[in-house]
Amino acid sequence: MTSSAHALTDVLAVESDPGGGFVAPTIAEFYPPAIFEFSVLGIDFSITRIILIFWLATAAMLVFLLLTARNASIVPSKLQYIGESGYSLIRDGMARDVIGPKGLPFAPFLASLFFFILFNNFMSIFPFAQISPNSKFAIPLVLAVIVWVLYNYIGIKEQGAARYFKDAAIPPGVPAAALILVTPIELLQVFVIRPFTLAVRLFANMFAGHMLLVVFSLGAVYLFSVGNFSVVFAPLSFLMALIMTFFELLVIFLQAYVFTVLTATYLNGAVEPAH
Amino acid sequence: MNTLAAESANPLLPPVGEIIIGTITFAIAFFVLARFVWPRFEQVFRARREAIEGGIERAEAMQAEAKAALERYQAQLAEARTEAAQIRDQARAEGQQILEELRAQAQQESARIVARGEEQLAANRQQVVNELRGQIGALAVDLAGRVVGESLEDSARRSGTVDRFLDQLDGMSAGASPNGRGGATGSSVYVQGDR
Repeated sequence: MTSSAHALTDVLAVESDPGGGFVAPTIAEFYPPAIFEFSVLGIDFSITRIILIFWLATAAMLVFLLLTARNASIVPSKLQYIGESGYSLIRDGMARDVIGPKGLPFAPFLASLFFFILFNNFMSIFPFAQISPNSKFAIPLVLAVIVWVLYNYIGIKEQGAARYFKDAAIPPGVPAAALILVTPIELLQVFVIRPFTLAVRLFANMFAGHMLLVVFSLGAVYLFSVGNFSVVFAPLSFLMALIMTFFELLVIFLQAYVFTVLTATYLNGAVEPAH
Repeated sequence: MNTLAAESANPLLPPVGEIIIGTITFAIAFFVLARFVWPRFEQVFRARREAIEGGIERAEAMQAEAKAALERYQAQLAEARTEAAQIRDQARAEGQQILEELRAQAQQESARIVARGEEQLAANRQQVVNELRGQIGALAVDLAGRVVGESLEDSARRSGTVDRFLDQLDGMSAGASPNGRGGATGSSVYVQGDR
């Protein structure tokens, strides 16, 4: 059963109840029942359909990219060209242009990040899945923490721990008096706000996108079945769901890109000493 | 259905299990991509760059070769031109030489012809003179004998007289024009013979 189907049964349940009206989808959307549950070392793992979608999306990404890279030659096939263009976009546009001359070694990480987020985002409009694993906070959080660890590690490695933390706390060129304000803000920003916003931005976009789609889809279904004059508004709600799907497509690409480009920017700050 | 579980859940506090699943999944994805996909693309980019650079180098080499060939050709052309000019000059000089040689030869020939003509003329004249000498001698003796009325038996004396006379004649004509030519003042006999 899909989550929409869940919601639908909820709505129909409400419909059968004579006093009920439209029931908006709740956060329960993101907590489907576990298909399989187990516990290791006291940690509970529950494999829900969202986790299955997560694995399927990741596997699809791997298969797709492996296919594009298979038999890669100087003169690319159409499939190879697609994978290659995606990699070039990250490699040249971010690793080389954003991070700088030292950026190329980060291209594989950035490209992996981009495609991982992109394919998982895409699940939000993929038929029958229609929910992105990135709308579960755990996934963006994992990615943001990995990025956080990476840029701090690179910063310490490239600039030395003392220099890195000193530059983070006391940005060069700031008047001493302003440091009372700047230092806490800077420290908070580099070590807390950056990873948090990185994770929340992606999560919230996918979360809200899913909610919007569900609201309009359920709205259309409800209006069709309400049995009074409101039926005329059903196509409107359906049209909105359609428009929102295309909007979601834009968000899917945009958020994958933004996450990757911000990662590149943070890495740039770590590789290049502050001026 | 599971609204009770959902209501108690904070979406910003994910369960640890999900975090672990997410970490492992991303790690696997990253390692597969970093091992099997991105290096292939890097390899292709490198090969492509090398192919392009190789192509440029080849084109440069070909251009240099073409330039060298053109220069060689132009040099050959210039050489051929000078050679042609040299040949022309030589031919002209040779022609001039041949012309001069021919002229000299013609002059020589004409001089030779003239000389031969003169020789022949001189020989003819000598012959005529010799003939005339005999005839004039006989005629003169005959005439003198008739005028004197006596026969001069003594041939030795006679020939001596005649010879003396002729020598006198000769001496006269040699005195007038030694080469026997164009002498307007010579004896009438001699002048007639010359004609």
